Amino acid sequence: MDMKEKSPMTSTLPGTEPAEAPLHAPRIDVSDEAKIEQAQALDPNREPKMRADDVSVYYGEKQALKDVSIKIYEDLVTAFIGPSGCGKSTFLRCLNRMNDTIPSARVTGTITLDNEDITSAAMDVVQLRARVGMVFQKPNPFPKSIFENVAYGARIHGLATSKPDLANIVEKSLRRAGLWDEVKDRLEESGTALSGGQQQRLCIARAIAVDPEVILMDEPCSALDPIATAKIEELIHELRGRYAIAIVTHNMQQAARVSQRTAFFHLGELVEYGKTSEIFTNPSQQRTQDYITGRYG
Amino acid sequence: MSSSTPTRWTDGSMHKRVRRRYAAERRFRAFGFAAVAISVLFLAFLLFSMGSKGLGGFVQYQAALPIDFAKSSLFLDPATLRGPDAAQTVAGADLETAISQAATAAYGSDAAEMFGDAAVNVLTRQIVADPNILTGTPTLWLPVGSKVDVAAKHDADAPSEHLVNLLRSRHALRAAFNMEFLTQSDSTDPSAVGVWGALKGTFLTILVTIGLAFPVGVLAAVYLEEFAARNRWTDAIEVSINNLAAVPSIIFGLLGLAVFLNVMNLPRSAPLVGGLTLALMTMPVIVIAGRNAIKTVPPSIRDAALGVGASKMQVVFHHVLPLALPGILTGTIIGMARALGETAPLLMIGMRAFIAAPPTGITAPATVLPVQIFLWSDEVDRGFVEKTSAAIIVLLLFMLVMNGLAIYLRNRFERRW
Repeated sequence: MDMKEKSPMTSTLPGTEPAEAPLHAPRIDVSDEAKIEQAQALDPNREPKMRADDVSVYYGEKQALKDVSIKIYEDLVTAFIGPSGCGKSTFLRCLNRMNDTIPSARVTGTITLDNEDITSAAMDVVQLRARVGMVFQKPNPFPKSIFENVAYGARIHGLATSKPDLANIVEKSLRRAGLWDEVKDRLEESGTALSGGQQQRLCIARAIAVDPEVILMDEPCSALDPIATAKIEELIHELRGRYAIAIVTHNMQQAARVSQRTAFFHLGELVEYGKTSEIFTNPSQQRTQDYITGRYG
Repeated sequence: MSSSTPTRWTDGSMHKRVRRRYAAERRFRAFGFAAVAISVLFLAFLLFSMGSKGLGGFVQYQAALPIDFAKSSLFLDPATLRGPDAAQTVAGADLETAISQAATAAYGSDAAEMFGDAAVNVLTRQIVADPNILTGTPTLWLPVGSKVDVAAKHDADAPSEHLVNLLRSRHALRAAFNMEFLTQSDSTDPSAVGVWGALKGTFLTILVTIGLAFPVGVLAAVYLEEFAARNRWTDAIEVSINNLAAVPSIIFGLLGLAVFLNVMNLPRSAPLVGGLTLALMTMPVIVIAGRNAIKTVPPSIRDAALGVGASKMQVVFHHVLPLALPGILTGTIIGMARALGETAPLLMIGMRAFIAAPPTGITAPATVLPVQIFLWSDEVDRGFVEKTSAAIIVLLLFMLVMNGLAIYLRNRFERRW
């Protein structure tokens, strides 16, 4: 990749000045969207972080997803939009093989992570899910302390060598999730005692603590109020560049705000996939046009 | 509404409907209250009846008995009673006759039979503890026999009543706490019986039951709920377990008799076999409660753990099981309470034998409290009536302590999400 110049990341959200030094150095400079788009144009064949080819999902006899092919890039947020039941969440759950937990689900096609086939039996799902973290629709912190919630993943994967090390991971993750200042004095309190928005950021911190490469978000804001939603969106902006992010959302404005690539799903098909700006201003498909203008959905 | 006229909410008929609705609610409340009141009444009656009958079992009358050991037919030398075999030597002596002679000397020929086995036991212990009393003429307080004890507490036949009056006039009769009842085992003489043997037997049996039924039940529940594939086999197993929980307990007794005694040749009347039999009976209850408790753990918690890369086993042992534990413990309490009060299956495996000494281990012959109560309730001697009730009180207290412990444990593990 040709744009790996290390420079301090600045917040991409207008109106929010970075008050302190950035918490984490981004793997890729995403400060200039134009530059990324330019790089994209120069090198249209660059390797995506994750790539799905002809992925179909069946629940028993019913086909829920038909031949979906998508690329997810390291430095971009990819949004999946579409009406309810269109298969966008199903597709997201293929990316870390959470569909394995549904006995009747069957997945065909290939999905790769860094050119490694994750659908093969040789792939260790436990490790895959550590590399591809997930944030769920409903905030689902463990009924344990805030500290334990964040420390859990790091602990089971043996990422911390000592107690201070673990505490360090917890602090870093909570800071990245923008929750540290709110909870630093009550790390021993139960994670379920937090507000909905805080719980969701705790879940993001929990995913970050395992140091994943990709973060999947399944409608992370659908259970949150507008202020909490704004905070999560801001967070997504800040996390971009360090993690490849795929987000499922019902909210088209949200897709337009946070993503650079958008995939529109309808009835289990991938109708259109492209730059967010193009999908929303100049879609090539009639169905996309109808959906984003509110004809159905 | 079919008519086009607007609904008249302030109409008389509307008011009537509302009044009827409230009347129905009041009626329902009254029925509910009555149901609770009846249950409380029954419980109060049970406790009162048990208490009034049973508390007498914890009281034992003692009579003063002057014994002149020199005149007695005992041939015991205090000098030979220093070693560890003292108890055996004393037991070999005919204390019963000595006591009978002393009683006749003190209170007349009617009193020859006034002391029973309990007095012999107490005197034996006193002699072993201090052989020097054999050289003097001490006056000892010894527990009276069943007949006199009953006469002192209630009405009885004329000779016994006469004897009690005589003893009372000489201030030679006193009531004392019946320590023997809590430290001794079964006996043919109601004045000498105790529940300690049965209590220890119950304790050992329950220990075997819980040690076997809890881990096996919980593991089975976890496997069936989290790991087993859903197919015809697991369906069949589920139906079998549900049916097993409803099988009458005596059938388990027959099973225990056939398998543990006849095939495996385990010792008869032993807490080990009793515990195994009761474990068979309790396990389905724990499996069912465990599965239900595991089912109530929200799937979002499993997703969350899987999402950070926990393995299936880590999900189960770090998250599902701790959250399901209160429910599992509730099921275990119910199963244990049932096992604790069970009589029928234990009769089948020989735990109804007359056992006069507390069990020394899980393979020694033993009996349990419910069976002991059943045996005493069958006795003819009137002295057993209050002993039976007293044993029931002990059993109820034992259950209360066990359930209290289980509830305490459950509350400790209770978590909210």
